[in-house]
Amino acid sequence: MARFLSVTLGGLSGGMIYAAVALSLVLIWRATRVLNFAQGAMAMFTAYLAYKVLEHGGSYWVALLVALASGLVLGAFVERVLVRPVENGPPLNAVVVTLGVFIVVEGLAGMFFGGTPHRYPTHFSNVNYRVGDVSALAPFDIWVIVSVLVVAVLLGLLFRYTDVGLRMRAAAFEGEVARMLGVRVGRMLTLGWALAAVIGALAAVLVSPNVPLSPTSMDEVFVFGFTGAVIGGLDSPVGAILGGVGLGVLLNYVAAYAGSDLQTLSALAVLVLVLMIKPSGLFSTTATRRV
Amino acid sequence: MAEGAGGLSLEVKDLVTSYGAITALNGVSLSVPAGSITAVLGANGAGKSSLLRSLSGLVRPRSGSVLLDGKEIAGRAPEDVVQLGMSHVPEGRGVIAELTVDDNLRLGGLWRKDKADRSAALEEAYALFPPLDQRRKRLAMTLSGGERQMLALGRALVARPRVLLLDEPSLGLAPRITAQIMGLVRRLCDETGLTVLLVEQNARSALSVADHGVVLNLGSVVASDDPAKLAADDNLRHAYLGF
Repeated sequence: MARFLSVTLGGLSGGMIYAAVALSLVLIWRATRVLNFAQGAMAMFTAYLAYKVLEHGGSYWVALLVALASGLVLGAFVERVLVRPVENGPPLNAVVVTLGVFIVVEGLAGMFFGGTPHRYPTHFSNVNYRVGDVSALAPFDIWVIVSVLVVAVLLGLLFRYTDVGLRMRAAAFEGEVARMLGVRVGRMLTLGWALAAVIGALAAVLVSPNVPLSPTSMDEVFVFGFTGAVIGGLDSPVGAILGGVGLGVLLNYVAAYAGSDLQTLSALAVLVLVLMIKPSGLFSTTATRRV
Repeated sequence: MAEGAGGLSLEVKDLVTSYGAITALNGVSLSVPAGSITAVLGANGAGKSSLLRSLSGLVRPRSGSVLLDGKEIAGRAPEDVVQLGMSHVPEGRGVIAELTVDDNLRLGGLWRKDKADRSAALEEAYALFPPLDQRRKRLAMTLSGGERQMLALGRALVARPRVLLLDEPSLGLAPRITAQIMGLVRRLCDETGLTVLLVEQNARSALSVADHGVVLNLGSVVASDDPAKLAADDNLRHAYLGF
């Protein structure tokens, strides 16, 4: 029982990182109906920039800030310059563009930073707290969980209670109507991508102490985040977070009780199962609109 | 139809719009005096909605001129046109179903800098449409057809437009509700000087409130006259208006 509890709690921090990636994918999906396959790669690139700051003596916090800021710029750039021209075309065009961005960004990272994995420092202790026989949740894990939760809540407040949030929701739901009401829809889509890339950057900085930073280090994280997003329903931010966390805990069970080689396979199994039972995702409510 | 300088809110000249090889508007000209209602009538496919979409910028016209209070706006983007004072209530109403009534209404005025007047306009819209006032926090998807029309109309008014483009407001509504909406539009014109271009398939109810009528057929104006004269013209009625 103690082991089970330890494993469950241990899955939370990994799950929160998948949740962050899932949330960023959902943001982009809701805004532009594009699945951004480059999301992980873009996040990896911002984490490298943060790592460079650390190498040059910057603090953990300055490095984090650099990652988030460069995510903002990178996300806006990719949407405005690369995705915008194909946004109104067939969906496959945008998919091909984001796959292209994925390949280019990983290639550039290899050129600039080399292929050797770097261990990103934690700043927080990685030693688990112990209560009786239960050992889990190091201070670093708490930092991961809290920071993702704070970002998610801030995002929720932004969407629900601010004018910009209302504009973004309107642009996402009914672009043409929003334009007729004076909303600069293009700007809202760029902003959506930018915010999503910020969340991606956070996820990359948070995961890199455990998954050493390399040009491909975010690939698996992206796949798990994507799986979490699909489980939750690509339309549902809350679903994305629950899907990501749920998947993180599940994968920790698999690693603990069946062997870590089976993690990726079981993520795929869950994905297929959810798609078979409820293709729109467990928490999606807007699957059947368009009257 | 004097070409008076100050009196015309909206002046359209030789507007041509096409979708690929298909011509939707074939040189449409019309002018709407300030504070009046002009009804645009015609059968399905006559180009009525295309006319409104070209005016509000949703479709870029191929050629021609659109003057809004004397200012050329042809080819401007829809988000600019609304900020220049012309609001478009689309066919099927364009209410955003996933947003609450209040969010929908607020959205209409969000671009305006004057926050105090923004909320004043919002409360005016609620006063104008009591059913919306009672449902502020409800999702727009839960509203009836009539309430949705009210919401779309109220949302356009929150922008305090000088010119309102109304596309088929009677579509799918009970006659009583239609009459209510038409009466309200008339009142807004008389009381606030709002200028309205009203597109309708329901010619009878549109002509009952309009100051002027224009009949479109296959993208061209085939008649432009006093509403009473249009309604009295048997040939026109049978050929284009269906009543």
